Amino acid sequence: MASRLRKWQTEYLGRTLVTAFGLFVVVLTLGILGFLGYKGSATFIDYGHSLTEFLISSKWSPGEAGQSGSIGSAVFIIGSLEVSSLALLLATPLSLAMAIFIAEVAPQRLSTTLRSVLEIFVGIPSVVYGWIGLAVLVPFIADLFHLNFGFSVLSAALVLALMICPTITSVATDSLAATPNEYREASYALGSTRWQMIWHVKLRAAIPGILTGVVLGLARAFGEALAVAMVIGQSNRFASSLLAPTNTLTAVITANMGNTTTGSEYNDVLWSMAALLLAISLLFILLIRVISRRGQAS
Amino acid sequence: MSKIDAGAGSQAGAQAAAGAGAAGSQKGARATSRTSAKVIDRIATGVFYVVAAFFILLLASITAYILYKGALAASPELLSFVGDGVGIQLFNTVYLVFLSLLVTMPVGIMTGLFMAEYAGSGFFVAITRTCIEALSSLPSIIVGLFGFLVFIQMTHSKWSLWAGSLSLAIINVPLIARTTEDAMRSVPRSYYDGSIALGASRWQTVTHVLLKASIPRIITGMILAAGRGFGEAAVLLYTSGMSSDVNFHDWNPLSPTSPLNPLRSADTLSVRIWSLKTEGIAANSQQIADLAAAILILLVFVFSLGSRALGRRLQKRMLSGN
Repeated sequence: MASRLRKWQTEYLGRTLVTAFGLFVVVLTLGILGFLGYKGSATFIDYGHSLTEFLISSKWSPGEAGQSGSIGSAVFIIGSLEVSSLALLLATPLSLAMAIFIAEVAPQRLSTTLRSVLEIFVGIPSVVYGWIGLAVLVPFIADLFHLNFGFSVLSAALVLALMICPTITSVATDSLAATPNEYREASYALGSTRWQMIWHVKLRAAIPGILTGVVLGLARAFGEALAVAMVIGQSNRFASSLLAPTNTLTAVITANMGNTTTGSEYNDVLWSMAALLLAISLLFILLIRVISRRGQAS
Repeated sequence: MSKIDAGAGSQAGAQAAAGAGAAGSQKGARATSRTSAKVIDRIATGVFYVVAAFFILLLASITAYILYKGALAASPELLSFVGDGVGIQLFNTVYLVFLSLLVTMPVGIMTGLFMAEYAGSGFFVAITRTCIEALSSLPSIIVGLFGFLVFIQMTHSKWSLWAGSLSLAIINVPLIARTTEDAMRSVPRSYYDGSIALGASRWQTVTHVLLKASIPRIITGMILAAGRGFGEAAVLLYTSGMSSDVNFHDWNPLSPTSPLNPLRSADTLSVRIWSLKTEGIAANSQQIADLAAAILILLVFVFSLGSRALGRRLQKRMLSGN
């Protein structure tokens, strides 16, 4: 009896405790999914809107205080996609070149320094990027293109590109550095130049890791709220050009969650958008898992 | 470390081989295609140097710009702990991150412990791992909204430091859990065997031996988490609020305007930058934001560099200990 009690004290208690914490993390994650899903469903259940209206219509005049209006959120969805994919388009080539430089071209001392610098820049708060965008980039773009205001898709994409560059570079560098050294040696032994080795061998071997970095960057850009909200201009219509303002899911949620009444249609739509944002983020996570599993398999 | 050396060595070897006229490399090793390949290689190398220089210059000029603007804006009045002074937000930032680490560390370490030592490789572990992964890559505004819903709306309370710090803790738990797991897994197997052989239970081994050996890396992870916490804003907008009403002469944690009271609302440096942009009515809001941004990145840089330096030092000590 005494030995069993002792065993309980020295072993089972601790095991139960840590298992409880493991369980807690699972419950927490499911809780976030559940709560946001539940809050997001009110638009469709309480106010009877259809999912297609929410996703496809661009008629935006949600009701406050018990009234009902139109909740078409296509402008915000397209805005988010537009801004983040443009940011990705700008950031990927630059990041990739930088990653190749660090992993393959730069002398070792420079390469180690650059890696540390990158890791520091990954940590720069997004608000700071937004602030720089607001103080420098927005006036610059207005000047350059003779606009009244520089708030635009282009400004937002540039700010986001700058923000995700260190992330993509960091992941891509690790992935390039992790490819077996034999690949490089075999390639050189066949008489290829460094560029041929990088282009035909290293890049191909590192593709899963590079893709992971790119999707991570996309996820960050898509989910970024404040930096985008500061420079996008928050105008609730489709952007007619890259130089026109528009709005994104994250920006409209951030700007309006605080000044709409709980339970009003307006407020509920914002929660629906948050649920959509969550769903898309989970999709990105899934995508990363698929990519990395493929990479391991090959 | 040997990677570059080996690469340079084999490169020299490859060049020698190419010079000797190694046939059958690519599509025929004719002299013309080899020269053009060499030219392309030179051009590519040049392009990489240009891109790298551009990138570094960009990052350096951004940092310099922020620090310069911050230095211009710095004045005793704005650095103070009253009125518009940024000192209030600096205190809030550090205090909020401290409070959140009080939650993050135990939860993260326990979860990491579970993953490393007790979870095995079953279905439940796969689920837990997926959840940690999902948690770590959620947009911070989502976590902020969850915190707003659960800690503010459902408890019918006002914006507060504790709500903000709990939400921030959710963001950082995956980081600490993963750091702990990695650290525990890298402890030599002989430590475990030795402890079990001395008659310790598994739990005693895990806590007294493995966890102790992992402490350096966990501390590094904690500093990293703190650095990340300083810059978070989207999580805090709707949990800890966008304003603070404090009196720095009142240190009784129970009084509503005491800096230490975890139930008061508090804006951090990053939230202040955001709110100045959206409702910047003060004439000097530009200066305040400049100063806040400069202090913020200094804070982040110091913690980031600190965690790296500490990590390197602790690793060296552990290596020499073996």
